[in-house]
Amino acid sequence: MGSRALVLTALLLAGTAFAKEGGGDAWSSWRAGNDIANKTSLQRGARNFVNYCLGCHSLQYLRYNRVADDLGITQDQLQANLMFTGGRPFDVMKSAMPPSDAETWFGRAPPDLSLIARAKGPDYLYQFLKTFYLDPQRPTGVNNLALDNAAMPQVFADLQGTQKAVFVLEKKAEGNGEQMVRVFDHFEQVTPGRISAEEFDEFVRDTVNFLDYASEPIRAKRESMGLWVVLFLLVFTGFAWALKKEIWKDVH
Amino acid sequence: MATATRSAAETGGGRWAAFVRWIDARLPVTEFWKSQLTEYYAPKNFNIWYYFGSLALLVLVLQIVTGIFLTMSYKPSEAEAFGSIEYIMREVEWGWLIRYIHSTGASAFFIVVYLHMARALLYGSYKNPRELLWIVGMLIYVSLMAEAFFGYVLPWGNMSFWGAQVIVSLFGAIPGIGPDLVEWIRGDYSISDVTLNRFFALHVAALPLVLILLVVVHLTALHEVGSNNPDGIEIKKHKDSRGKPLDGIPFHPYYTYKDLVGVGVFLVLFAIVIFFAPTLGGLFIEHPNFEPANPLNTPEHIAPVWYFTPYYAILRAVPDKLTGAVLMGAAVLLFFFLPWLDRSKVKSIRYRGWLFKVFLGAFIVAFVGLGYLGLQPAQGSYVTAARILAVMYFAFFVLMPWYTSIDKTKPVPDRVTYHG
Repeated sequence: MGSRALVLTALLLAGTAFAKEGGGDAWSSWRAGNDIANKTSLQRGARNFVNYCLGCHSLQYLRYNRVADDLGITQDQLQANLMFTGGRPFDVMKSAMPPSDAETWFGRAPPDLSLIARAKGPDYLYQFLKTFYLDPQRPTGVNNLALDNAAMPQVFADLQGTQKAVFVLEKKAEGNGEQMVRVFDHFEQVTPGRISAEEFDEFVRDTVNFLDYASEPIRAKRESMGLWVVLFLLVFTGFAWALKKEIWKDVH
Repeated sequence: MATATRSAAETGGGRWAAFVRWIDARLPVTEFWKSQLTEYYAPKNFNIWYYFGSLALLVLVLQIVTGIFLTMSYKPSEAEAFGSIEYIMREVEWGWLIRYIHSTGASAFFIVVYLHMARALLYGSYKNPRELLWIVGMLIYVSLMAEAFFGYVLPWGNMSFWGAQVIVSLFGAIPGIGPDLVEWIRGDYSISDVTLNRFFALHVAALPLVLILLVVVHLTALHEVGSNNPDGIEIKKHKDSRGKPLDGIPFHPYYTYKDLVGVGVFLVLFAIVIFFAPTLGGLFIEHPNFEPANPLNTPEHIAPVWYFTPYYAILRAVPDKLTGAVLMGAAVLLFFFLPWLDRSKVKSIRYRGWLFKVFLGAFIVAFVGLGYLGLQPAQGSYVTAARILAVMYFAFFVLMPWYTSIDKTKPVPDRVTYHG
């Protein structure tokens, strides 16, 4: 686990460095580098989620008290910090926004995010949340590199600030001839965010981490239990092998 | 335990022996135990390839038991199916474990069955007198494919939906009745609630019954003709004065305990997948299947689960849909004819010539290669590669009467080779 996290962090650092130097499509190799074993990160992610996401997106398969149990949060802390919609602790995390209204406002109802991390992967979520850029042609005023023509507005704009995407025209071989293709080159900050770029990366990582946890709350327990199961089975196999050897002694 | 029971029953003393005599007079339990296990003689030279039959039986039992528990919480309806799987994963006690055993078991089933079939190819286990054993085995394989396909639709994820859409639509390529047949299979104009319901019925009732019946027939045929072995010689040709094959050992206790070691190794690998990588990077559970079925949102590229991809690659390698579907069916059906396509005098690869080895090697490369290509998008060099591999695949069967009859064979020993 530790070494994997380290590798992911290294990849992430490499990715960011590359993005600053080379630009281009380096954003698509950004790694979330999150770790579901990091409970403080998950707690921050839960806080981020209820403050920034739950207004529109539900977690219809996740209960508040499950989150509290798994993340080491007391009932009082849960009620005070994570439950703003007046539900009961055993309720699932449902958005208060009616889906029919949402469809009118955004063109489509915001999807439930219970399994989004398993469907798309945490890295994709990390890239998506970081690559909103100004685009006056979109009804929300922003577009996204990871999901072209995303219906979602830039919810984190106050934290990240706004940025402009600079595209360049490049010749690309297509079919029989060459065509000019618009290729992303780099971002330019337009208005500053409330927090630094590094703090924002951390904010997104925590949020993605929480979504990763939400997609399979049992995962941490499954992995820690797995070690004992495999050890038991190895011992069992050892005994079975010894027994077989004993029984086969007289076969020549 | 069993040996004690038998000797006690024969010598006559005690209440237990009397009880066994009472049973045996009404139901031949002791006789069955003897004829199928303690006095069923198997060649003593089985190698690692011979574990996969008992492992297939183990996986079948695991699938049935976990399947029963899944059925207790699963809801086979368009509106509830996807949510009921998440209910099992999150709310049912140990539901996640039961579900992962079942989903991993599906792939494990095909892994052990493919290795079991590869063993038959290596040692000529389909040849006389085991033709029916082989054909029943192939029927099990075909039923298993149907069982796996119906099961894959049940979670009602987006890949379940679109996979079902693609596979059912293949029947539409049949001239004349195609479109009506597809509608009849679906019970609707598209894959819908009624399709899901009937696939559920087939998955939990019809096909398990067929599978169990075929497995019983498979084992009956096996115990009639006796097992083949890596030397491909019949141990029944050399018997001692009491009629016991000289190179045979009783299945129980020898192979029951040997298979237990195989079970242990298998379960270690099985547990590693279940506890540490239950989706196996999207291979055992595909990522798009974590999104609910959506008729308006086609996944980027639709690929069946890995165990169907060799056939899927053949289907896509052919530009014409009907020809592709026919070749895909032929790729499976040709296996049934192996006993008669193979003209070689010897069974085992140990005593065959280089021609067979080359063709079998090419076939295995083609099968694995097509399996890989079936997971990739069908474009450019991938399609070319799939065409070349498909030719290699069919050459193995179509040219078999020729290369097996001219291939130089080595002399087969009288007795099995065994290094205790």
